[in-house]
Amino acid sequence: MAELFRMTAAEIAAAVRGGGASAAEVTEAHLARIEQVDPQVRAFLHVAADRAREAARAVDQRRAAGEPLGPLAGVPLALKDVFTTKDMPTTCGSAILNGWLPPYDATITRRLREAGVVILGKTNMDEFAMGSSTENSAFGPSHNPWDLSRVPGGSSGGSSAAVAAYEAPLGVGTDTGGSIRQPGAVCGVVGVKPTYGGNSRYGVVAFASSLDTPGPLARTVLDAALLHEVMSGHDPCDATSIDAPVPPVVAAARHADVSGMTIGVVPEFTGEGFQPGVLARFTEAVELLESLGAKVTEVSCPHFTYALPAYYLIAPSEASSNLARFDGMRYGLRVGDDGTRSAEEVMALTRAQGFGAEVKRRIMLGTYALSSGYYDAYYGKAQQVRTLITRDFEAAFDRVDVLVSPTTPTTAFPLGERVDDPMAMYLADLCTIPSDLAGNAALSVPCGLSPDDGLPVGLQIMAPVLADDRMYRVGAAVEAALDTSRGHPLLNDAKGLA
Amino acid sequence: MPIARDDVAHLARLSRLALADDELDHLAPQLDEIIAAVARVQEVAAEGIPPTSHAVPLVNVFREDTEVPCLDAETVLSQAPAVEQQRFRVPRILAED
Repeated sequence: MAELFRMTAAEIAAAVRGGGASAAEVTEAHLARIEQVDPQVRAFLHVAADRAREAARAVDQRRAAGEPLGPLAGVPLALKDVFTTKDMPTTCGSAILNGWLPPYDATITRRLREAGVVILGKTNMDEFAMGSSTENSAFGPSHNPWDLSRVPGGSSGGSSAAVAAYEAPLGVGTDTGGSIRQPGAVCGVVGVKPTYGGNSRYGVVAFASSLDTPGPLARTVLDAALLHEVMSGHDPCDATSIDAPVPPVVAAARHADVSGMTIGVVPEFTGEGFQPGVLARFTEAVELLESLGAKVTEVSCPHFTYALPAYYLIAPSEASSNLARFDGMRYGLRVGDDGTRSAEEVMALTRAQGFGAEVKRRIMLGTYALSSGYYDAYYGKAQQVRTLITRDFEAAFDRVDVLVSPTTPTTAFPLGERVDDPMAMYLADLCTIPSDLAGNAALSVPCGLSPDDGLPVGLQIMAPVLADDRMYRVGAAVEAALDTSRGHPLLNDAKGLA
Repeated sequence: MPIARDDVAHLARLSRLALADDELDHLAPQLDEIIAAVARVQEVAAEGIPPTSHAVPLVNVFREDTEVPCLDAETVLSQAPAVEQQRFRVPRILAED
């Protein structure tokens, strides 16, 4: 048997069920791996070793008692610190929530526990999920396992780095503008934004409620699908949760066959501003799909280039409203309460000290866009653009089964490079934002290394609302063909960790 | 329309952010650049296009009106910055006369 921490989630679950390995052994192997590499990667904000051991023991006891085990029982997982956990701190990467112990579990946290998944701890993220590098975390950035001087992407960069560094076979993130797919792409792992409403937001600290979507990160398409099915499904505690069956993503991931499918290339996302090495690998991936029997055609989506500006009005507007709850009154940080200051003064001091620069920028941007006199010109127009983008998708999906593009315009950029240049940072999500605005499903799968810098490139596959299974089918086909031609999984080439 | 430093100071007050002078100096040009960039939405959003506030068509969601247990006061107050007589203690909310 391979080293336990190098096994996939599917392999671990099968070993635990069959008695080849205990959940306790698997958990110890991952905790040891975290101890070994996390001082360099810094993926975790909190490692819950004792809780993880307890969860693993419970799985082993259930097996010993002859109880049936679910498809991910005994599999370790890295949970983004945006999901509430009643036995672990939840900070959202923010000083304003430093040390906060939530009184309840998020629905997804609860579902993972009930499935016997072993939560190893909470992972680093850009503060309140605003960012593309984890550099906006109040607790310092995480590092990319391919090159420790580069970002792991964001905002779910702690989870993507943990998965890429073999600290956990599975990670959970949230995607509001690309925060699962972009870190997945730049860390060389699979990242999935399911259809909006397919995964519960209950207990997910809100950033932009009409966009926030929890989803899986994994080293293989099948592992992502297994986690997708465990996480997903209707939740009465979330009013925007869709009451419909979960798309058959596991069956699709096992059916890696694109023959007869029609795949649309979005020309708006292949031109200027893209790194040549990214475009080279993307073009090869499209040719590969054609050679595997798919019909490839170009489908223009003219309003996609307006998605980024629309997003940077809609998301900050929702954030400025959602983050009003951090007022220092009921939980979290309180600053300057000396008996002389008013509640309003204490609030303003608390928020000024508790929030980082990017969160402040976005709160003020949202406040501006929603101000009387500017609302129609900014927020109102952005909502109209959202309609135009949705119509582009609908017209495209009348013609093709899925759309493809590079996931990101560039590979992982150096730490520090964009930290004080917000517009440059925002461009990292250029290709991922349209699917957040329209609510459809999208997946990033590694499609090789950029020839100009040797770093991973992601292929984004976009599918219609509630047709998440289609992108798994395409992703699994690309993964299988590339693994076969390379002779080994892509992550074997990651040299950031000695 | 460019965003002046005074506008940013006003936004900070509306946002309940007690920003220092150097923060305002730093933020003003950044917000100006961002707002100029996002104004591009005005190029294509013509009249007559309905706004989308939400990706999934929403209707009212109802459930049976059944009692479920809620969190007890001790749990809720356990994370509070200040507690008095089993309540959140907050700074004064009215001006002193």
